[in-house]
Amino acid sequence: MIDSMRDTLFGYGDTGIVVWTVLKILAIAVPVIIAVAMFVYWERKVIGWMHVRMGPNQIGPLGLLQAFADVFKLLFKEVILPANSNKVLYYLAPMIALVPAFAAWSVIPFDAGLVLANVNVGLLLLLAMTSLGVYGIILAGWASNSRYAMLGAMRAAAQTVSYEIAMGFALVSVMIMTGSLNLTDIVLAQQGSKGFFDWYWLPLLPMFVIYFISGVAETNRAPFDVAEGESEIVAGFHVEYSGSAFAIFFLAEYANMILIAFLASVLFMGGWLSPLQGWINADVPWVDWLWKGGWQWTFIKAFMFSFFYLWFRASFPRYRYDQIMRLGWKVFIPITIVWVVAAACMKYYGIVTIGA
Amino acid sequence: MEEIRNYTMNFGPQHPAAHGVLRLVLEMDGETVVRADPHIGLLHRGTEKLAESKPYNQSIGYMDRLDYVSMMCNEHAYVRAIENLLGVEVPERAQWIRTMFDEITRILNHLMWIGSNALDLGAMAVFLYAFREREELMDCYEAVSGARMHATYYRPGGVYRDLPAQMPKYKESRWHKGNDLKRFNQWREGSMLDYLESFCADFPGKVDEYEELLTGNRIWKQRTVDIGVVPPDLARAWGMTGPMLRGSGIAWDLRKKQPYAKYAEVDFDIPVGVNGDCYDRYLVRVEEMRQSNRIIQQCVAWLKANPGPVIVQNYKVAPPKREEMKEDMEALIHHFKLFTEGYCVPAGETYAAVEAPKGEFGCYLISDGANKPFRCKLRAPGFAHLSSMDTVVRGHMLADVVAMIGTYDVVFGEIDR
Repeated sequence: MIDSMRDTLFGYGDTGIVVWTVLKILAIAVPVIIAVAMFVYWERKVIGWMHVRMGPNQIGPLGLLQAFADVFKLLFKEVILPANSNKVLYYLAPMIALVPAFAAWSVIPFDAGLVLANVNVGLLLLLAMTSLGVYGIILAGWASNSRYAMLGAMRAAAQTVSYEIAMGFALVSVMIMTGSLNLTDIVLAQQGSKGFFDWYWLPLLPMFVIYFISGVAETNRAPFDVAEGESEIVAGFHVEYSGSAFAIFFLAEYANMILIAFLASVLFMGGWLSPLQGWINADVPWVDWLWKGGWQWTFIKAFMFSFFYLWFRASFPRYRYDQIMRLGWKVFIPITIVWVVAAACMKYYGIVTIGA
Repeated sequence: MEEIRNYTMNFGPQHPAAHGVLRLVLEMDGETVVRADPHIGLLHRGTEKLAESKPYNQSIGYMDRLDYVSMMCNEHAYVRAIENLLGVEVPERAQWIRTMFDEITRILNHLMWIGSNALDLGAMAVFLYAFREREELMDCYEAVSGARMHATYYRPGGVYRDLPAQMPKYKESRWHKGNDLKRFNQWREGSMLDYLESFCADFPGKVDEYEELLTGNRIWKQRTVDIGVVPPDLARAWGMTGPMLRGSGIAWDLRKKQPYAKYAEVDFDIPVGVNGDCYDRYLVRVEEMRQSNRIIQQCVAWLKANPGPVIVQNYKVAPPKREEMKEDMEALIHHFKLFTEGYCVPAGETYAAVEAPKGEFGCYLISDGANKPFRCKLRAPGFAHLSSMDTVVRGHMLADVVAMIGTYDVVFGEIDR
């Protein structure tokens, strides 16, 4: 059905291609937005359980409609423009934060061939997009004309730039292993007959850990949430934002979190590949994705990583700003540099092979 | 080139980490604090002046509202000052009850402190865990006085009434039913003392739980070790008391040095710190919770074995029993006089202090022989501590100021009075 729809649209020439692309974008963007809403609900519920309380349980069955109630509340609230703030930048900042957060989703492969844009430089695009998001934060902090927001923006800028480097090196090691920047190729390179031992988390274990921690720091989440640390600078860069402008920041932050979770599963945990790959080869309808791999595995792995975000938030104290910097520059970057060399050696001497 | 100026930041009074209404004007060089200027007075209610305008007993409730997380300790200082001037002897059972409730209050306060300090440093879970246990102790407050916080339970000459023989139970409701209800009421089958016995048996495990989350946690240690160091001489010079002083290694505790109530007869230890940093003060307070638990256990054992009167039988100071008033003219007159005019206190002056959870809480009382104090000066430990803010946080970072406010354990009710 999908194929015939595509063929019909392509029959209309260029217009048809544009419509088809827009439909594909919507097919990713809308679920991402809904996932963000449900992730917020899940976060509140999980943290509630960890804190021996209930979490949302009043709106809808099991509180499931809480997320939508929050969204509508925010949309109907007034967006307040602080005195003496820069109006254009103040309204532009949330957009600048949101656009890269969504654009990065274009290269995420959910299954073999199930990707919006199977570009050759997917990894580079991801790096570019995740680092662009910080401009929204800096502009928001500066345009709000508030000292708390300003401090939050400065912290966010410094932190994101620092962790970008460690994250970049972690990605470089994956690139060395695969020899490609294409995310589908990266997943396929992790195929093999040794189950989940064929994935990159094993040869690149330090990189895997550093990548995920940097991802947490990059999205300004606990315990690296100094950019919005509520007990120090209240809400940091978005302290002056309200209503839908705040909702957009919120959306961008959570979309980024889910993105990092997906990336961790694609780059290090074999994406849609099954942890049992190569061990079982039976053909059973409906359940053979369990050992043959399928989009379900991408989502299961991403769900696991996004759960870690909540776990960290519920249990860890917050780092101090300079301690985050120390961790980034003096611990992570040296380790990643060493392991990039180690990865290159592993590749050169054939300790790790790619593909099945 | 333009001159680089420091950044002045207004920290509070509307700030999630300002613990009430602290307004801190911070002069910052980037993230580093160059000068900290605490502003107080936003919660000033004139308690001392109010006390001068009404009979002695009517001010007890105001004392609860000073340091509103260590309510009964404040009452204790005030009623002890009145008892000193009146020269009444408090029945033994009342003194044991007071000792017990002082320690319950200490645990209440330290639970509040550990939760909010951890929350200030970003650890959310401890806050809610601490409140779970706080709830159980507040039920004791409610059982003896009817109020969960502002108890007004201590009276000159004893305590308002004896401990309840039956701990109130949860009733069945939409939220509490079936096995949940049974679990909630498990400790509540017997008297309040039985309830406390179960609590004391359970509580050290709960403290272990908080320590599990914080004591060995690398981030927690990075945020507290060597932060806000108060050397012993500085601590003395600034008039610090309580855990602030003991954290710096000075073993000063009024419960040991000038025992009041029944502290001379119970067995407990005074924990002291070594470096005087936030981490030491954290450890001191955690250990104090365990010691308080020990004291409560001893009080419960004594109180179970020894029934008796809990307030003096002197009707000039304490009200007569309700039943007596129905029969006895004299008792009715006493009751009327006591609740309208109050009682006159012999002229003189006194200072009574207790070791409140935050430090030495004192009440300096001058009487001119009337039924209300001529002057009532309250010594709040938090006030002395907060005054050292500028000295201690200079050169620290913004996040350390938050850690410091947390470790001071400031409560504005007592600082602004």
